[in-house]
Amino acid sequence: MDVILFELALTCYFASAIVSITEIFKESKITHRIMLFSAAVGFFIHTVNIIYRYVAAGHIPITNPHEATSFFSWCIVLIFFILNFRYKINLLPSFIMPFVLLLMLSSSMLPREIKPLSPVLQSYWLGIHTVFAFLGNAAFALAFGIGIMYLVQEHYVKAKKISGLFERLPSLQSLDEINYRLITFGFPLLTFAIITGALWAQTAWGSYWNWDPRETWSLVTWFIYAIILHARLIAGWRGKRAAILSIVGFLTILIAFFGIKLLKKGLHVFL
Amino acid sequence: MKVLVVGLNHKVADVDVREKLAFNGPKLEEGLLLFHKLPHIKESIILSTCNRVELYANVDDAEKAEEAIRVFLSDYHKIDRTALDRSLYIHAGMDAVKHVFRVASSLDSMVIGEPQILGQLKDAFELALAKKTTGILLNKLMKKSISVAKRVRTETKIAENAVSISFAAVELAKKIFTDLSKKVFMLLGAGEMAELAARHLINNGVREVLVANRTFERACDLAKEFNGRPVKFDNFIDEMHRADIIICSTGASHYILSKNQMQKVMKERKQRQVFIIDISVPRNIDPEINELDNVYLYNVDDLQGIVDTNLFERKKEAEKAEQIIEEEIETFSKWLQSLDSVPTIIAIREKAEEIKKEELEKLMHKIPGLGQKEKEAIEYMATAIVNKLIHPPTAALKEDSEDRDVLVAAIRKLYGMDGKKG
Repeated sequence: MDVILFELALTCYFASAIVSITEIFKESKITHRIMLFSAAVGFFIHTVNIIYRYVAAGHIPITNPHEATSFFSWCIVLIFFILNFRYKINLLPSFIMPFVLLLMLSSSMLPREIKPLSPVLQSYWLGIHTVFAFLGNAAFALAFGIGIMYLVQEHYVKAKKISGLFERLPSLQSLDEINYRLITFGFPLLTFAIITGALWAQTAWGSYWNWDPRETWSLVTWFIYAIILHARLIAGWRGKRAAILSIVGFLTILIAFFGIKLLKKGLHVFL
Repeated sequence: MKVLVVGLNHKVADVDVREKLAFNGPKLEEGLLLFHKLPHIKESIILSTCNRVELYANVDDAEKAEEAIRVFLSDYHKIDRTALDRSLYIHAGMDAVKHVFRVASSLDSMVIGEPQILGQLKDAFELALAKKTTGILLNKLMKKSISVAKRVRTETKIAENAVSISFAAVELAKKIFTDLSKKVFMLLGAGEMAELAARHLINNGVREVLVANRTFERACDLAKEFNGRPVKFDNFIDEMHRADIIICSTGASHYILSKNQMQKVMKERKQRQVFIIDISVPRNIDPEINELDNVYLYNVDDLQGIVDTNLFERKKEAEKAEQIIEEEIETFSKWLQSLDSVPTIIAIREKAEEIKKEELEKLMHKIPGLGQKEKEAIEYMATAIVNKLIHPPTAALKEDSEDRDVLVAAIRKLYGMDGKKG
């Protein structure tokens, strides 16, 4: 059942991502509806899948890399739909759904069995810490997509080449503002995740901070996003610089997430 | 019955000829009624815009009708016949249909794809409807032209993208800013093109207008006109940090804004995006300013480049539009042929024969064992009834009367010969 639900969700995201890529070249009301519809169906099945695993395991299903990657994708799609509902950002799906598909594909390749929870993870912090961390990172993922869109559109306007996607991409100002909002949304979540993580570390390992790679990288990303917000307010770093920084910030998150997993070192071994 | 177009447009006649022939204001109605009363004219419409004057008619004898129109135009507008004949173009039959389709779809316009012409054509048609100068042919032609124009608009990109410098500037501004109505606009200097662009931008709604000019009085005048605030030219840089969109066109022979100065302005406005349009020749703003973050500087050539690209795009789209028009002419021509009387007469006959045959067969089934004599008698009676019933309509169709096309249409409708699709 779990496998079927996951594969179904993956298939829907796959369809949505493929259509969203074709939309870069040619877009119509029909393609847009197909894209949104398959993403919505995928999201629904995905939600059922996560609930199913929650019930089967008896705890929040974010305890191994497969679950974590899957939950991360779920958060991105959730925020994407909220954003889409609120702003209708043309072409955003083309810049975010392929990434969701990649995440889901990597999740599908990781071992899926539900193992008994290790004693360290048996804590109410598990749900709080992970949900905040992933929601925050998902907001940064969307800021990353918007950042790329900004750079593409800025290139057109700056180079005075009015062709290609120029017509269909949103205005620079709105991309910049949405990027900023996403970061102001993600930043407190990341902060909260780091704090709850420290509290949890205290109860689990007896110390608030252990400088394990995941902790260190989280701190690095926290500083990057703090710089983005600070520089914007103080020095007016907006537009291109903010877009580049939001891309850099998210790449750091990816390194922290996948890179450390490949190294298999540190205390965060379970994720 | 065929369509006749007599007219002239910007391609064949200069403005001094066009304005002489124009049917302006009350002249339009008066002209239409006079035109409708001409001999050989069965239906009539006059389309009169600043770029074209065209008379549409339903005629049987195109040559005589054309001559009547030429005389009418020359008399009514008191214009010399030779001068008139030099400029007029004539289209008749399907050629005329094609011409009207192209006019409606804005393929014949000075700026291909401009949307006004369709509205003007609708107005001309409405006036003709109100004055009852149209009938079956021109009504169909107008309705079809309007639907063809709509099809062209939705299926091609002919009306997309700005094709004038002021439109291009607004289009760009909309790709830099989310909402122009929250933006402050500054006009530096004056000049025809700058004022035009400014007016267009202001019409799109900006929050505040600042006007700076070397002569302060001129600034005051323009500010009054644009509902804005005059700014002393010497202080324009101090006010500049407030402006999101700047159009610059002063007569200065040097740069009035350097990269350094702009850097300071950007710092003051916290690096918020700014769109600067330098229309002046020679340029007034250091082009290097475009290298600054969040500063987008366009000069006249940049804007003209965009306009040229867009015009080129429109021409490509126009080819697709011509294709659509060819298709539509095909369906129109089929409709026209169906109005011809001969096939209609044959169709009535066939239909009647068919009914007769069916009913006879039914009868033979119901009453078996009829003798040869009885059968012949019944058949004879059926044929007589059919012939007598269809004689008057077919006779009327064969007659070469004025309103034959109306009769054909009516008969086709009454006998249900066009199917449900009409």
